[in-house]
Amino acid sequence: MARVPRLRPGFRFQWEPVQDCYVLLYPEGMVKLNGSAGAILNEVDGQRSVADIVATLEQQFPDAGALEGDVNDFLRDACQQHWIEMS
Amino acid sequence: MTSSEAAKTVSNPHQAGPPLWLLAELTYRCPLQCPYCSNPLDFASTEQELTTDEWVSVLRQGRAMGAAQLGFSGGEPLVRQDLPDLIAEARHLGYYSNLITSGLGLSEAKVNAFRDAGLDHIQVSFQASDPELNNAVAGSRKAFDQKLAMARAVKEAGYPMVLNFVIHRHNIHQMNDIMALCERLGADYVELATCQYYGWAFKNREGLMPSRAQLEKAEAEVQAYRQQLAVSGSAMKLIFVTPDYYEERPKACMNGWGSLFLTVAPDGTALPCHSAKLLPIDFPSVREMELKTIWYDSPGFNHYRGDSWMPEPCRSCDEKGKDFGGCRCQAYLLTGNAVNADPVCSKSSHHDRILAARRAADHATAGIDELTYRNADNSRLFFRG
Ligand code: SF4
Ligand code: SF4
Repeated sequence: MARVPRLRPGFRFQWEPVQDCYVLLYPEGMVKLNGSAGAILNEVDGQRSVADIVATLEQQFPDAGALEGDVNDFLRDACQQHWIEMS
Repeated sequence: MTSSEAAKTVSNPHQAGPPLWLLAELTYRCPLQCPYCSNPLDFASTEQELTTDEWVSVLRQGRAMGAAQLGFSGGEPLVRQDLPDLIAEARHLGYYSNLITSGLGLSEAKVNAFRDAGLDHIQVSFQASDPELNNAVAGSRKAFDQKLAMARAVKEAGYPMVLNFVIHRHNIHQMNDIMALCERLGADYVELATCQYYGWAFKNREGLMPSRAQLEKAEAEVQAYRQQLAVSGSAMKLIFVTPDYYEERPKACMNGWGSLFLTVAPDGTALPCHSAKLLPIDFPSVREMELKTIWYDSPGFNHYRGDSWMPEPCRSCDEKGKDFGGCRCQAYLLTGNAVNADPVCSKSSHHDRILAARRAADHATAGIDELTYRNADNSRLFFRG
């Protein structure tokens, strides 16, 4: 079954020009995301599966090689932090 | 503001970063009288509140400077009739906006209207007086009906449910009941915040501060509950804020003076933290100056940036980059001089005041009815001195 990640309710992902990075905002908190975390979360829309996201990112970053492992690691971590949920 | 001032760039002598958090204290008006309120003792003498247009200007300036988190607090922010407009403006500007409310004056219709206007989060604070809390956790829900109903309405409207309980010596024994209540309600985050002793809470410290034994028991209970939650895979997060009076090192207050947080008080006074109004420092008003100038260049905000202001023991201490010498307000309240090391620090020559407060907490007998309640009459008393 295809796993589909989505942001947990109350979380917002956005680009912050002043900080020059993507951030994740939640009740009274904010995490600054590094480049790869930002690129992955940018594809999380509650519609597309992990496999779709990996395929999109591999297209975006053709020099990066296979990304499945990295994406899975990050998403597992983000789940544990309760930033995202899988359905 | 003159046009030359608007055009001027800031000099930023301390190379401060942008304020990422903006706290808008919309009003000091409040229907409650919590004896642990952090509002200034003389709040009743506060000048005219900022108008809607003035707040909108503050929000725009703050966002342009980089603020991403926005808190609407007070007092009780719901008494401001323009709250929905301010919420809509905040959303439009791209803030993540948090409403900190006692839940009094809230209704399901407002909860939904705020969501439609773009509010991200409502924190319902359980700040009622102690007998009510007793009733609630003991199962007689009557006094808590409104807060509980609002907490549920918040969740139903799709917001994350964030509950805040102010903990003190008269309710700290109910920790387990409180956590269980929160779990039943389906809370996402629970803040168990022991009072920090500023404003009215400082005035009432003896009657509020838990003993070490009480605190240690509560800590163990929270820890055990966390483990239970982890086992059941629950996402409910418990945040236990303990009083720094039981630490040997101070907290890195506000992550450093003027480093991340910017508070604007109801009358437009800009502050590096919401208690800083008690310091004998002249803080600028957003009515007189651009926010950018206030943050980067005003003497008030530059006062305790860097570390050249520090006397000993902080000056030569290798931990000063970690805690910045602690909290200026606490240093001022307990030593009479805000540049001193926060007396929570065991290296402070004033640490005995903290030890005395701990001893007092072991022997305190005052009942909850002996506390000084935050209301306009008591506030005028303080103002007249
Ligand atoms: S702490 Fe209590 S009295 Fe103070 S503003 Fe909040 S609800 Fe009102
Ligand atoms: S002496 Fe000052 S800088 Fe050193 S730990 Fe104590 S408060 Fe912090």
